[in-house]
Amino acid sequence: MKKILAIVATITLLFSSLTACAAEEAVAETIKIGLNVELTGEAAVYGTPEKFAAELAVKEINAAGGVLGKQIELVIYDTKTDTAESTSNATKLMTEDGVVAVIGAAISGTTMAAAPVANQYEVPMITPSGSNALVTNDGTTVYPYVYRACFIDPFQGLVLANFAADNLGKTKAVVLGSSSSDYAKDLASIFSEQFTVKGGTVVATEYYTDADTDFSAILTKVQAAGEFDVIFVADYAVRAGLIIKQAREAGIVVPFVGPDGFESPDLVELAGGAANLNDVYFSTHFSSLSEDQKVQDFITNYTAFAGEAPSALSALAYDTVYMLKAAIEAAGEADPIKVNTALEALKDFPGITGTISFDEWHNPVKSAIVVQLVDGVQAAATIVNP
Amino acid sequence: MQEFLQQLVNGLSVGSIYALIALGYTMVYGIIKLINFAHGDMYMIGAYIGLISVTVFKLPFFLALISTMVITALIGVIIERIAYKPLRKSTRVAALITAIGVSFFLQNIVSRIMGAKIYTFPSVLNNELYVVGGIRINSQQLVIFATSIILMLLLQVFVQKTKIGRAMRSVAVDQDAARLMGVNVDHVITLTFAIGSSLAAAAGILVGIYYNTVNPLMGFAPGLKAFVAAVFGGIGIIPGAMIGGFAIGLIETFVSGYGSTLYKDAVVYIILILVLIVKPSGLLGKNKKEKV
Repeated sequence: MKKILAIVATITLLFSSLTACAAEEAVAETIKIGLNVELTGEAAVYGTPEKFAAELAVKEINAAGGVLGKQIELVIYDTKTDTAESTSNATKLMTEDGVVAVIGAAISGTTMAAAPVANQYEVPMITPSGSNALVTNDGTTVYPYVYRACFIDPFQGLVLANFAADNLGKTKAVVLGSSSSDYAKDLASIFSEQFTVKGGTVVATEYYTDADTDFSAILTKVQAAGEFDVIFVADYAVRAGLIIKQAREAGIVVPFVGPDGFESPDLVELAGGAANLNDVYFSTHFSSLSEDQKVQDFITNYTAFAGEAPSALSALAYDTVYMLKAAIEAAGEADPIKVNTALEALKDFPGITGTISFDEWHNPVKSAIVVQLVDGVQAAATIVNP
Repeated sequence: MQEFLQQLVNGLSVGSIYALIALGYTMVYGIIKLINFAHGDMYMIGAYIGLISVTVFKLPFFLALISTMVITALIGVIIERIAYKPLRKSTRVAALITAIGVSFFLQNIVSRIMGAKIYTFPSVLNNELYVVGGIRINSQQLVIFATSIILMLLLQVFVQKTKIGRAMRSVAVDQDAARLMGVNVDHVITLTFAIGSSLAAAAGILVGIYYNTVNPLMGFAPGLKAFVAAVFGGIGIIPGAMIGGFAIGLIETFVSGYGSTLYKDAVVYIILILVLIVKPSGLLGKNKKEKV
């Protein structure tokens, strides 16, 4: 048995070195882009659609003549939802495969593990969906080679405040949020700040803990606190659904506004039925309801390519590939350092998830999409600018 | 005033859930002097069994409630046989630690089987809203309130008026003497666990319907609160558990309503400490010397 294993291993090694040689000879003809995402492990549900979307984008670009007259070759690795694996994959891509840029990873943890590698080897790396604030910087300085395509969590608070004030025309808000998560706390404070800037008043702010399931006491309290015309809930669907249910039962009919955490197949059940989910709005990265022709084409092509409808993650990965294409074209050659300079200078890139430019923290400045629920179903999508 | 009355309703509705869980706690303690820390998890098990009986077997509410109580009672008996009976003669601390172990076991076995995700409960109970003088009460709150009052009365009658109830009380006073008088102590203890578990199950299914979420860790916080409620009212005393449950529900609600939600647990525990300093046996407890 051991002998057979040894033979198999030798043969595999032999072949892999052969293919590696073949690939190196082909360097001149293709531009390589690395893809380092979660294809197995618990975050595979995020990485897999990103892989499909990247493959689709590369296929489209190559069919249209490639970049700078060269075809793009996607080199795909699996992080296995493991930080060590993500780091070693990034190292391999940048040192052995000679990629011009790396796309990945799909989640913040594995992206942060690979970020130092990108800075060390001076190869740009873009995560489509790592939303932790510290993915692209260490809190004081920006990582020169790390970018992201998605907006960060607190940014949604800003967009949603604009939406509540401008699109809904509301002036008196109640802010509810969990005190147990940074996600909720940041969102609540940024929403309140921006809503005040927009000329609105925050009538009441109430915090609760993640363990709470009964919100009737705080709802009765805010009802007694004075008039309000909109409620912002900075939380995930688990509690947001219960709050909406209990608020509707308490006779609160004003609109609810919330972050992408609202987006969950369980929201309808949690909110006590579709009838309670009217006048509920939440922000998201991508909505299939957009009337933009690019978005509709993407949905058709992606569904045909992957055999399933695209999610926000696939849309972000798709945009990431096209952003790299734009950067490589702007750089004029497939050199990682020049591409990085071009990425940093990228301005008003027209993606399917919004118009994207990078700020000094390498976070995208882009529009968000606010989805309206009617009877629990996504009925309309509005593009809201920061 | 209207706000105050509405908060009163909110508080009674939360309190009746604590009271329902506290009933089982206090009963088990009253009979065998075991603080059954796994009681909160029996409540969680009850919620899951209730969920399965309404989603998989499509039972209507009342049948689901009864079958959940029966099945959970059986599980309670099995747990008693495996985990507590062998420790009948050991120290109370050993049994207490075993109860904590059972609690972790139940949480993890359910996570393993059902997954750690949150299940939503289908609405099997009509939820009509009644507005009386600006105060909003819904029918689910009334059902929970009524169920806890009815179960408390039944339990009180059972313990005080029936022959088995008398056997239970005699076991509570002195196990050896009860055995000499011809009481089958093992059967009485088994029955105590069966009733305690079924009460927890009733609370579990009602809460599942009311808040329509079920998850493996849902028993921990309410279990602890119910324990506090039982101690508050005088552990081992059935009406005490009821009063303790309502008191804690009201305190929490008023602290949330007129202060901040973030202080409610702190206030509940401070009041508990004060009660125990002033009256160590709880509100309804009789002061008597007891070795712990």
